[in-house]
Amino acid sequence: MSSTFDQVATIIAETCDIPRDTITPDSHAIDDLGIDSLDFLDIAFAIDKQFGIKLPLEKWTQEVNDGKATTEQYFVLKNLCARIDELVAAKGTSA
Amino acid sequence: MQLEYFHMIDRIVDLKVDEKTIVVEAQVPKESTIFEGHFPGYPLMPGVLLIESMAQASGWLQLGVFKFERMPILAAVKEAKVRGSVFPGDLMSIEASLTHEGSGYAMTEAKIRVGGKLRANSALTFTLIPFPNADMRSHMDAIAKRVGFPQQAVSP
Repeated sequence: MSSTFDQVATIIAETCDIPRDTITPDSHAIDDLGIDSLDFLDIAFAIDKQFGIKLPLEKWTQEVNDGKATTEQYFVLKNLCARIDELVAAKGTSA
Repeated sequence: MQLEYFHMIDRIVDLKVDEKTIVVEAQVPKESTIFEGHFPGYPLMPGVLLIESMAQASGWLQLGVFKFERMPILAAVKEAKVRGSVFPGDLMSIEASLTHEGSGYAMTEAKIRVGGKLRANSALTFTLIPFPNADMRSHMDAIAKRVGFPQQAVSP
């Protein structure tokens, strides 16, 4: 089974037509890969479906806007994947 | 339907909040300034207005499902197909279903039929925003009354 990062990188590559080999765990989805908010909705949709979760984009956006979090915490891919793993684990716990 | 005001939907026929589906009707007017240009001698509904009609049907569905807590704003149009022309005087039956509820966004699929025949379909993405001001909220409340939005569908 491929890692969370591999799955997310594949989603990003296919959704945004970004060469897969340019996507690394340290890539910032916005600053490095140039993904805008609308394209990120498609990525979020694919992640929601693939992992059976609901990425809390509204909460994350609010935290960034309020200065309580940085975009790096959510949009650097290794951090995004860690959040996804947490959400998947929480889903398993609550099931 | 008042094309010039983008009032596309005339009546909510069936809103099923639990099933996340809606059916609405939209009566295309026989005359409109839009038809004077689109096209002289062969008036027909612009495809972009068919998409807008599907978006508005999807919008009422989301207002019902999300209980008027968020305003859906069209963000992306995918796989839109105009399969047949819609003419002045046609009665459009538009159905929409909610296919995905994300955080701050939602996706729908919608179809337009005239006389039972499929004329257009599309997959649509919306961002869900708080109502930006009281004017917009009261405007939507007024339109909700006009189109027969079933308030009991969103009552606690």
